[in-house]
Amino acid sequence: MMRQGQIRRVLAAVALVAALGGCATTNGPMSKVDPFEPWNRAMYDVNEVVDGKIFKPFVQAYVDYTPKPIQMVIRNFFGNIDDAFSAINGLLSGKLDSAGNDMGRVIVNTLAGIGGLIDVASDAGIPKGNLDFGLTFGTWGFPQGPYLFVPMIGPTTVRDGTGLGVRFYFSAVGYIPDVATRNVLYGIGAVDLRAQALGAESLIDQASLDRYTFIRRAYLQRRLYMLYDGKVPPEKEEE
Amino acid sequence: MANAVRIVLFALAAAFAPHALAQEAPDALVKRVTQEVVTIIKSDPKVQAGDQARIREVIESKLLPNFDFQRMTALAMGRNWRTATPEQQKALVEQFRTLLVRTYSGALNQYRDQTIDFKPLRADAAATDVVVKTEVVRAGQAPVQIDYGMEKKDGTWKAYDVIVGGVSLVTNYRDEFSQQVQAGGIDGLIKTLTTKNGGAAK
Repeated sequence: MMRQGQIRRVLAAVALVAALGGCATTNGPMSKVDPFEPWNRAMYDVNEVVDGKIFKPFVQAYVDYTPKPIQMVIRNFFGNIDDAFSAINGLLSGKLDSAGNDMGRVIVNTLAGIGGLIDVASDAGIPKGNLDFGLTFGTWGFPQGPYLFVPMIGPTTVRDGTGLGVRFYFSAVGYIPDVATRNVLYGIGAVDLRAQALGAESLIDQASLDRYTFIRRAYLQRRLYMLYDGKVPPEKEEE
Repeated sequence: MANAVRIVLFALAAAFAPHALAQEAPDALVKRVTQEVVTIIKSDPKVQAGDQARIREVIESKLLPNFDFQRMTALAMGRNWRTATPEQQKALVEQFRTLLVRTYSGALNQYRDQTIDFKPLRADAAATDVVVKTEVVRAGQAPVQIDYGMEKKDGTWKAYDVIVGGVSLVTNYRDEFSQQVQAGGIDGLIKTLTTKNGGAAK
């Protein structure tokens, strides 16, 4: 019963991606890529308040007042979990070199880096893969679907958002039985993730004429680049 | 007669040879300029103290001569470029240049102990349009690729696009510019750029 329900949910998600994705090309004219622009802009404004006025100042305080080594340990801990998921996605999408590196990273960092608290692998020169489910779906040929801006998550697409959902569903932290510990870890993870974006954000403030447009194009360019491993075919690049 | 021609040709070749030899390959140019700037960032006390005027001075003197802002602006404008008058074009190039300098000085402020790898150039010796690839390596994070789209004009290489982690500066501004032009025409875009540059001033 349980399993059937799960399968149905996955199928529904796949159908949704296919249906929504059918009307959008990879990087074409913006009305096609961002058909929900008015809604997205409204969500963007919501995010400016929720994130900008509440969450971001909190994260900034974390960055400013938490000792750097502690921030580093936290970053490494969650980075290790990311690497494990990146390895899985490397296998799923056939990027075996990347999967090998990521598996090596997880093994080295978990064993020699005290359960992932120290990033020994980076010092040894093993590169991070940074693969995720959204990219895996992309290599499987799923269309990216409409662009979405989601408060607290930021820029995404139907495909990448579905990937995030899958990731969250299988999240390693979710296996921790104690609810309080689990929630604290989710919280710290979110703060760490948000902290990583702070630097890029001040640049966007400086560079952009309209932040919404700037972020949208930068996000879509970045994802396309990651999907093709840095070798984007020329016809995909231009409008 | 044939001999005379050969001598003239030889003389011409000799005259141009030093120039051709002195000409810097695009990847060598990127490496030299990057290393010069990094050295200044690491050693100049004013830059270290975050002196914006000094940082801008470094960018103006070291980086800007190696960029083709005319081409950059034209690419970012797309088909709107040709509809702009020469005066509008001049204003656009000027304002876009200022905006990029401001953005870049902000980026330099964030520069920490990162190492930059320079990738060997894979291009034909006769090519006049190449992409020079570099990679910034940071501890605990995935490396960031910084590529430069470069064109050879009148014997010198100049950059017309910077691509950070796959995000092309020119492509990103294409959306921004066309949106502004649609809303308020080319003068509207110039006004937005000017306000942005003036508004960010101290």
